[in-house]
Amino acid sequence: MVVSELHSLVLSHFLFTGAVLFILGLVGFLCRRNMIMMFLCTEMMFQGVVITLVGFSRFHGNLTGQTFVIFVLTVAAAEAALALSLVVLLFRRKRTLDPEAWSELRG
Amino acid sequence: MDIELAKWIPWIPAGAAVLCGLCAMKRQLRVASAPICILAICATFGITILISGSFSPNGNESVKPKTVEVFDWINIWGLKTFSSRIPAESYANGNPGSKVIARDGTDGEKEFVVRKPIFVAGFSYLLDSLTIVMLYVVTGVGALVAIYAAGYMAGDRGYARFFSAVCLFIFSMTTLVMADNLLLLFLGWEGVGLCSYLLIGHYYNKPTAVAAAKKAFIVNRVGDLGFMIGIFTAYIRYDTVVIHEMLSTVSATMQNGATDWRDHLIPFMLMLGAFGKSAQLPLYVWLPDAMEGPTPVSALIHAATMVTAGVYLIARMLPLFEISPYALPTVAVIGAITALFAATIALCQYDIKRIFAYSTISQLGYMFLAVGFLSTAGGIFHLFTHAFFKALLFLTAGSVMHALAGQLDLRKMSGLRKKMPVTCWLMFSGCLALAGFPFTAGFFSKDMILAATFEKGINEHLILPNVLGVIGLLTALLTAFYAFRLWFRIFTGPEKYEMGAEHHGAEPDHGISKNGSVQVEHVRDAHEVSWLMNAPLLVLACGALTAGFLGDEWIERMVAASAARPAHVPMVGEGVHLHGLMMVVSGVISVVGIMAAAYFHWLNRDAAEQFADRFVSTVRVLTNKYYVDELYDAMIVRPLRVVGGVFYQFDRLVIDSLVMGLGFLPRALGLAIQPSQRGTLQGYGIGMAIGMVTIVVLVLMAIASGHNS
Repeated sequence: MVVSELHSLVLSHFLFTGAVLFILGLVGFLCRRNMIMMFLCTEMMFQGVVITLVGFSRFHGNLTGQTFVIFVLTVAAAEAALALSLVVLLFRRKRTLDPEAWSELRG
Repeated sequence: MDIELAKWIPWIPAGAAVLCGLCAMKRQLRVASAPICILAICATFGITILISGSFSPNGNESVKPKTVEVFDWINIWGLKTFSSRIPAESYANGNPGSKVIARDGTDGEKEFVVRKPIFVAGFSYLLDSLTIVMLYVVTGVGALVAIYAAGYMAGDRGYARFFSAVCLFIFSMTTLVMADNLLLLFLGWEGVGLCSYLLIGHYYNKPTAVAAAKKAFIVNRVGDLGFMIGIFTAYIRYDTVVIHEMLSTVSATMQNGATDWRDHLIPFMLMLGAFGKSAQLPLYVWLPDAMEGPTPVSALIHAATMVTAGVYLIARMLPLFEISPYALPTVAVIGAITALFAATIALCQYDIKRIFAYSTISQLGYMFLAVGFLSTAGGIFHLFTHAFFKALLFLTAGSVMHALAGQLDLRKMSGLRKKMPVTCWLMFSGCLALAGFPFTAGFFSKDMILAATFEKGINEHLILPNVLGVIGLLTALLTAFYAFRLWFRIFTGPEKYEMGAEHHGAEPDHGISKNGSVQVEHVRDAHEVSWLMNAPLLVLACGALTAGFLGDEWIERMVAASAARPAHVPMVGEGVHLHGLMMVVSGVISVVGIMAAAYFHWLNRDAAEQFADRFVSTVRVLTNKYYVDELYDAMIVRPLRVVGGVFYQFDRLVIDSLVMGLGFLPRALGLAIQPSQRGTLQGYGIGMAIGMVTIVVLVLMAIASGHNS
């Protein structure tokens, strides 16, 4: 029963879920005023893309997409470590997490 | 003697000019520039003597002019097409250096093309007896003036600069008189103009000198424009700029009578150049102002040599002027009017150098009068004698100025005879020659001119030469009067003078000896000048007194042997001869002039005042030089300034705003989109998101439209 329901999932479900995750992440990235939250939102956008890849992998019946996902997750983990430490450094400089504080490149 | 030596005549002074220029760079070397300059000019004088032997005519046969080539300067090749071989080859044989080439013509026939030089202007020198006479004047007077200047300019800050420019002048002037084509002549012509400019503006921190230098240069440009148009037209008309080729074409044209309008245009254009350089009406205004330069320059350039270049040009190109029936009479009329005009102005001037400047203009007018009535010999003879006595007069005026610390005002000097005995008698001999006192140099040359003028008028029953001859006689009277007015005012009467404010532009420490003590005598009081300065004047004075009867025959033979011999020369023995009569008349006139001057300016100076008071308005007009400068200022200078102002405003308002507006456009664009760069992370994020969405929408729309079609 459960298996058959799983089998009834088609490509568009995966793509829809991925798109929703990506859009939520994007909106969060653009609207939040906290650098840590913004960073987590980018992670969410990653997951949206990853789900899309998994969906296509299933659809095509090969493992290329899933292999890709492994790599993306690895790189994302490394990048998360780096990004969070950068955020810590930025916070130490200005005692705030607001990205508006860093706008020296204004035209 | 070896004619090839002549090619060194311009180049030795040119090298000396460079050396003097190098001397100018080191303070200790500055004194070396005078000997370099003097030696170089003496060397050219020596070469002139050596080569002149080959050009002295024996009897009446003419001496063949010789050409000395230095290097190819401008040589442009062109093609001339012939339809058959024979004329092409005969043409090619007549033109050395050309080559016949056969080629297929447009209609299948063979064409023969001769490749030949179509424009040749070599750096080559034409030597004939006229050139030799000019070289004697230029190098001889040049050497004497350079020796004088070595003393006169001592202590001047621009000592080496001065001698460098003098050497450059000798280079240009010898190039001018030796040029074998009009283009090279023009090069020399512009070269002397440049040196004149540099030397008038020698005291460049004196505003009047700078203005005078600019005036001389600009007024000469007016004449030179005419000269250039003349050269262009002559090349178009005669297919060459080489003088002897041009003159032979002209004589051929004159014989077959096939003249056209260009033959009349060319002499008038060349005349304009000559009048500019030789300071004739209406372009004479620069010469009096040119006296702002150091006095040796006034003597060398603005009296003896450069200003006579116009007379030389007309004498050299005489056939070109003879071809037009109007050209030479115009020259004579302008010359005579200028002679009288300048002489009247000289009567009422008080600046001694300007009196001599107007006198130079007047005497140049005489030369043009002579050349205009085909008495080239008379013109060149007067040029020759004038070089002696006018150089002498200027240099003695320089001595007076030197002694009186730059004083030039005739009213502020008197009775200097005791203080400066040598200068006094040197200037006396110069004045005698200028006045045409019997048996001095000026007497013979003036007599030759006036006799030739009246002979022409009487023998050919023309009114014009007689009228101009009378003007010439009147001018002779005025000349004698103003020359001795000046001499009597300076040297006779009670000893009374004021020192000038400056020491002829010298450094303030001039006259202060090395240990710092002030040599009061030298600075404060009038004194005789050193023998370094008086020795060359002595030579000039001998020339001024004797060049007349020594040079008379010689010049006549030299000129007759050159290309300046007029084509329509009257036969010997034909018509009346007036030389004897003229000698008596002009001798009497000069004595009368001198006596009048003696009465008014020596014996009874109050009479001069009373006489002037009776003709107040005339004197005022003459003192103000007929208001010609004011007239030119109102008619030419100010309108030009207004036009210049209009152009300046147009440039500033229209052109500048156009260019600046175009330049502002990218800036305005940048300013408009600058706010989009807010510097916030999320701002850029929104930009990226919008861009991405736009692309996605566009792709989807493309896919959708692909499905629909």
